[in-house]
Amino acid sequence: MTSIFRKAYFFLIGLFLALPIIVVAGVSVNAKQTLAFPPQGFSLSWYGEIFFNPEWRSALFASVTLALLSAALAVAIALPLAWFLWRRIAPWANIFQVLGVAPFTLPPVITALGMLTFWATVGFYGQPWTAVVSHAIFFVTLPLVTLSLGFTSIDRSLVEAASTMGADERTIFRTVVLPLILPYIVSGYAFAFVLSLNEYIVAYMTVGFTMETLPIKIFNALRYGYTPTMASVTVLFVTTAAVIFGLVARFGDLPKLLGAMSSDGK
Amino acid sequence: MRREPPQKLGDYAPLLFPAAMLTIFFVVPFGTMIAVSFFQRLQGGFYTPAFVFDNYARFLSAFFGGVLGFSLFLAITVAICCVVLALPFTYMLTRMGRKVQVVWLVALLSILSLSEVIIGFAWSTLFSRTAGITNILVALGIMSEAKALTPSFGAVLTGMVYQAFPYTVLVLFPALVRLDPTLTEAARTLGASPLKAFFTVVVPALRNTITATLIMVFIFALGSYLLPQLLGRPQHWTLSVLITDQAIYQSNMPFAAAMAVFLVLVTLGLVALTVIAGRKGEAA
Repeated sequence: MTSIFRKAYFFLIGLFLALPIIVVAGVSVNAKQTLAFPPQGFSLSWYGEIFFNPEWRSALFASVTLALLSAALAVAIALPLAWFLWRRIAPWANIFQVLGVAPFTLPPVITALGMLTFWATVGFYGQPWTAVVSHAIFFVTLPLVTLSLGFTSIDRSLVEAASTMGADERTIFRTVVLPLILPYIVSGYAFAFVLSLNEYIVAYMTVGFTMETLPIKIFNALRYGYTPTMASVTVLFVTTAAVIFGLVARFGDLPKLLGAMSSDGK
Repeated sequence: MRREPPQKLGDYAPLLFPAAMLTIFFVVPFGTMIAVSFFQRLQGGFYTPAFVFDNYARFLSAFFGGVLGFSLFLAITVAICCVVLALPFTYMLTRMGRKVQVVWLVALLSILSLSEVIIGFAWSTLFSRTAGITNILVALGIMSEAKALTPSFGAVLTGMVYQAFPYTVLVLFPALVRLDPTLTEAARTLGASPLKAFFTVVVPALRNTITATLIMVFIFALGSYLLPQLLGRPQHWTLSVLITDQAIYQSNMPFAAAMAVFLVLVTLGLVALTVIAGRKGEAA
């Protein structure tokens, strides 16, 4: 395709994708408590608000804690499963692979509602840790897919060599397998972390009435009074996501990672 | 070390934790939801175990039919818009340098990971009277007075296309990377213009991929639970919004669960279609 057409097309798509973020970034620097654009005056106080206003700070703390823990749990579920599927021939175990991908493939409201009815039935509804478990299950797909890809890229002759030299299963895993799949563990963790940080509906249906994560806080602010802090949080989120995915791209093979992810998703 | 079947019981040990977690916290909740969909609703947001079809019988109302019809229509429109926009974009992206590709992929992933709350907030700001795009048009002298563009169907559609576009690109990306570049080269050598080569060679070669992508984006759009509520009027609410509304605000869990089960069935039917489309693609 001709390069002028291509440039124009990419410019328009880029504009479409960037426009809401530009406007929100503009709103976030308003001097007064208005959502005006172009901004009236300039102030970074709304960014300070995220860290100094106790309500926003506790929401930030809740979100980050939730994302750190649930991503770790998701990896802890995905790693042994992916390893087992790579190491053993057990066709029936593939059912767990399907179960791992299902929560993410179905419309999110379904996972959310399933979690809500479950936690309400067993009587833990509203406890903060239920959100950690719910998010870990919801996002287990991401480390599972990256790790499955990581395992298929391991040259089996390396493992064979270690085995011939007398290494037992545990030693092989620690000294050969783990270093090779570490990048995939990190990117799986990163994907789960960023998505958990942004997730609204599952968090809302599990702990929405007892604690506020940042997305829940923004949603409540949307209903009960706008403030530019919502805009500054949005900018913070976009920046965080871009930095984390940028790091994944810097230290890993992003096109390859995505090439596998989508073909696995269908 | 070759792959081998598990020799002894201990070999299954690594499977224990993942299997237990996925069973207890996904299969059981899913089952609970199905069970609740047959429960009897009581006053005040409670429900009691029963086996009634009342919650499913409510599907037969004209109101529900309207919501379902609108949800399907909206998701199809979003899917078509996204694929039409994303196909040429992704095709050109796969033919660019690696560095450029990575920058775009990072940007797309960042937008894809954004919460619906944030996307809804951003677009409602962009479409608002005080901070919206119309102010720019007024400043440029195109419009005489700023006005609000939301709530409206156009706003819902724009927000949802925005949300689904990065997803569409990422679904199309692997298929387009693998597309044999000699196909278009041959067409170009034989004198086809780039546009003609795109529409007569690339598009037909990707027919099955396009079908599968349409269905996947359709499912993705069907799951949008907040944008129709934030950017539209009540008549623009979809099944996902209605489920959330019934579960949280109307406290009618059994009805919400019944609708969710219905949504699962629709989704699974579509996934089956995608798999069939994919099989055909491999055979061709």
